[in-house]
Amino acid sequence: MGEAERGAAVFRARGLTKIYRLGEVEVRALYEVDLDLYAGEFVVILGPSGGGKSTLLNILGGLDAPTSGEVVFRDHDLTTADDAEMTQFRREHVGFVFQFYNLIPSLTALENVALVTEISADPMDAREALRRVGLADRMDHFPSQLSGGEQQRVAIARAIAKRPDVLLCDEPTGALDYPTGKVVLEVLAHINKELGTTVAVITHNAAIAEMADRVIRMRSGRIAEILHNARRASPAELVW
Amino acid sequence: MSVLDRKLARDIFRLRGQLTAILLVVACGIASYVALRSTYRSLLASQATYYADYRFADVFASLKRAPSSVADEIAQLPGAAAVETRVVVEVTLDVPGLDEPATGRLVSIPERRRAMLNDLYLRAGRWVEPGQSDEVIASEAFAAANSLGVGDGIGAVINGRWKRLRIVGIALSPEYVYEVRGGAAIFPDNRRFGVLWMGREALAPAFDLEGAFNYLAIALAPGAGESALIERIDRRIERYGGLGAYGRDEQISHRFLSDEIAQNRVSGTIIPAIFLGVAAFLLHLVLSRIVGAERAQIAVLKAFGYGNTAIGAHYLKLALVPVMGGALLGVFAGLYLGNALTGVYTQFYRFPLLRYEAGWDLVAAAAAISLGAAALGALTAVRSAVRLPPAEAMRPESPAKFRAGWIERLGIARFIGVTPRMILRQAGRHPVKAVLSTLGLSMAVALLLVGRYFFDAVDHLVAVQFGEIQREDVVVVFNEPLGAGVRLDLQRLPGVLRVELFRSVPVRLRHEHRSRRTSILGMPPGGELRRLMDRDGRPIQMPQDGLLLTSALADLLGVGEGDSISVEVLEGRRPSRNVIVVGLVDELIGISGYMNLAALGRLLGEGETASGAFLGIDQRQSALLNSELKRLPAVGGASMREAILRGFDETIAQSLAITTITLVIFACVIAFGVVYNGARIALAERGRDLASLRVLGFTQREIAAMLLGEQALLTLAAIPLGFAVGYGVCSLIPMAVASELFRLPLVISRESYLFAFAIVAAASALSGLVVVRRLRHLDLIEVLKTRE
Ligand SMILES: Nc1ncnc2c1ncn2[C@@H]1O[C@H](COP(=O)(O)OP(=O)(O)OP(=O)(O)O)[C@@H](O)[C@H]1O
Ligand SMILES: [Mg+2]
Repeated sequence: MGEAERGAAVFRARGLTKIYRLGEVEVRALYEVDLDLYAGEFVVILGPSGGGKSTLLNILGGLDAPTSGEVVFRDHDLTTADDAEMTQFRREHVGFVFQFYNLIPSLTALENVALVTEISADPMDAREALRRVGLADRMDHFPSQLSGGEQQRVAIARAIAKRPDVLLCDEPTGALDYPTGKVVLEVLAHINKELGTTVAVITHNAAIAEMADRVIRMRSGRIAEILHNARRASPAELVW
Repeated sequence: MSVLDRKLARDIFRLRGQLTAILLVVACGIASYVALRSTYRSLLASQATYYADYRFADVFASLKRAPSSVADEIAQLPGAAAVETRVVVEVTLDVPGLDEPATGRLVSIPERRRAMLNDLYLRAGRWVEPGQSDEVIASEAFAAANSLGVGDGIGAVINGRWKRLRIVGIALSPEYVYEVRGGAAIFPDNRRFGVLWMGREALAPAFDLEGAFNYLAIALAPGAGESALIERIDRRIERYGGLGAYGRDEQISHRFLSDEIAQNRVSGTIIPAIFLGVAAFLLHLVLSRIVGAERAQIAVLKAFGYGNTAIGAHYLKLALVPVMGGALLGVFAGLYLGNALTGVYTQFYRFPLLRYEAGWDLVAAAAAISLGAAALGALTAVRSAVRLPPAEAMRPESPAKFRAGWIERLGIARFIGVTPRMILRQAGRHPVKAVLSTLGLSMAVALLLVGRYFFDAVDHLVAVQFGEIQREDVVVVFNEPLGAGVRLDLQRLPGVLRVELFRSVPVRLRHEHRSRRTSILGMPPGGELRRLMDRDGRPIQMPQDGLLLTSALADLLGVGEGDSISVEVLEGRRPSRNVIVVGLVDELIGISGYMNLAALGRLLGEGETASGAFLGIDQRQSALLNSELKRLPAVGGASMREAILRGFDETIAQSLAITTITLVIFACVIAFGVVYNGARIALAERGRDLASLRVLGFTQREIAAMLLGEQALLTLAAIPLGFAVGYGVCSLIPMAVASELFRLPLVISRESYLFAFAIVAAASALSGLVVVRRLRHLDLIEVLKTRE
């Protein structure tokens, strides 16, 4: 995808810095990061452990606030938003997929998805979301009755069911085997293409980078480089 | 139902054991609140309507004999609104079915109208008819205790003549809601003491009181001062042998009833407060644990746009379920118990209608109090759920921090095994939680101790009174003081082994501005039947001269040994003298003074006379003696120690049983709530560790010890603390209930300590064992596989 085809910037981050202070020690999780994410693009974030990937994603998703710098989502300034505004922002625009799935153990797969569709303005049917991730026949199972990959797919169904503007995924395939990982990635690509959802995926798996529009490499809290893929591979083509 | 509520429903089901424990604690609190409060209200309202409808008097006075015209003078006194005169005498009764003689207080009523003051409520039968001198209306308590009904007859010795009285009605009077004789007889003995109302025209002539009276009841004009009126009345009736007027506060029935009501109010505040405090703490414990365990879930909810209100409400609802459930259960149980308790009261306090009143406002107050407890308990947990930063919460909770603590610093680590070390560290890691748990358990111990204390105290009181002080088998009271020769007559009665005469004189004691109406009991020196004890429980020798005072009376008058006080005799020639207080007597019942019989005779200027005698008897001949005593013309009353003690034991045994059951339930609920929840939380927090230890080869028993060790430690710490708290509360009670009528000793029996210890230890152990059963189902694989 060329520059011209790219949509308008949905996220605009400038000088993002996040510092954790642990007694005497300061940990710079993010340092002076400038970044734009565009509507409808698929971004993969790569980098060594502790590089600040999750921190960046959490701030973009309105889960965390930077120590300094600013983030703007469309016309919302997230840096000055209060707790209620942040909640509203997440509710209306963001879908999360977490590394550890984070399903509610006391709710079935279907209920975990319904938990989110219930409070969304224009959600898809919770069953439909589960069908898309290939779990139509496991809807009434509790998380403890599902494998790790199945749990992760429920988490993805939960994230896409609300038709979010941006989908933020923190190592969505980290715990999955090869075929399951591919199913998950295909779902993400499909959502990106069909609904025009902006997707950002954190991964340690460099092979996944081939399916992105842009690849962002992070190291020690900074963006080390940004690559543009001339051609996006389909998940089926990926090999790892 | 929203999905979040479905989660709530499943959480409730999963936590059912713990929530039930909390529910029960709340239910006890609310039940005790509703029961005690509603009883308090019912008593208060019934008392007020009874007094108003039946015109209970404000001031009372006994005197020797005054012509009826004096009543009109008294009615003219400023402050007096209404005056009712009466004839009141005590006689010996022969009650069918009762071996020993009973004492009847005959109280006159007007035949042709209703009494202006202290009117009767006729429960059954009819009013007495003019001209029928054998008709009486019996008090309900007396009639019920002796299974007497309308139409039954009672024998009575009226002014020396044996007479048969016929019961034509059963009635109640606001003057005898609590029907006791007074003096040392402050516990109800309705078989052997009863009030009988008799027509004035029938009663007065028999005691030479025609056109005269010996008792006054006066209603106070609105806004009038009581003490001023009492003083005026005293001045008016002095020359007629007035024994001193007194207000409602010295009227024995009113005093007991009012004290009981006041006490009800206090217990109705303290007991619920303990339970709801424990409930709030348990809620705090459980919710904090849940919010801690659900950090990641809370973060997800926040990530997907659930607001603080929704999340806060979710956990608040979890708190409300056991609290509102407990409140509901408690309200119903409380209404039931309140009704039952009110019923128990009607055995001791007789009202025409003791209407049980609960009222919606009480239910509303119960709901509000429970809501308060829920809010208090949920506050910190809900707040931490709301404040949880979502990004932070996505990471697993860092491993519990343990530091080398006091065990290491004291260097005792080497001497104790690993398991005790773990237990001590665990308890030391959450010191506030450990302290609150201990406090909660200690409340259970204290509750048991305080509940038992009343019985211990009364037991001790009776043991001292009837074992050390009143050692006579029979007390006979004469109608009029008799000469010392009566001793020989008494000696000749069947079964009488020993006779000690006494002389009781009504007096007013004065010291500076303080004064008290009481009586002085003159006794011979060297008496063995009635003894006086000092503070250390040693018998006191009756001095040749001077006055001995009970220490309570000395305190009231502000006098000590060696002080001189003024004694105004309220009968006969009413001499007034200064007498030296030569010693103090320690007695738990009543306030009175004691003198050597001879010295009292000198004070009265009448030589040696006796108004009664203490008898030591041969119990084998008591039946014979009883039937003789019933018909002796000179005897106005006789009481048997054995019979009094028997009646007393029956009354006490019944309420002891009820109280004990209630207390045991209360204590078990608290112990279960604290220990069960504590152990369940420990299991949730440390299930993984314990499973790992099982994998490493520890036995079921060993990990059970690790799990319950902390609870056992807390229980052990709670017991001495509970003893201390209980003792502290008990030591306040005598001060709170001390009156001129009686004083409670601070005595807690060893059995009570043992009882409290055993109940709480057993309840804790059982609650712990319920949790231990779960260890058997500990899934070793599952626990090791999943991330907490
Ligand atoms: N709450 C916190 N307190 C202290 N330090 C933190 C905290 N959260 C993150 N960090 C630190 O900030 C840095 C960046 O963390 P971040 O989670 O963003 O890394 P990451 O790139 O996502 O790593 P990984 O690939 O292992 O998930 C790390 O050094 C981490 O230790
Ligand atoms: Mg990360």
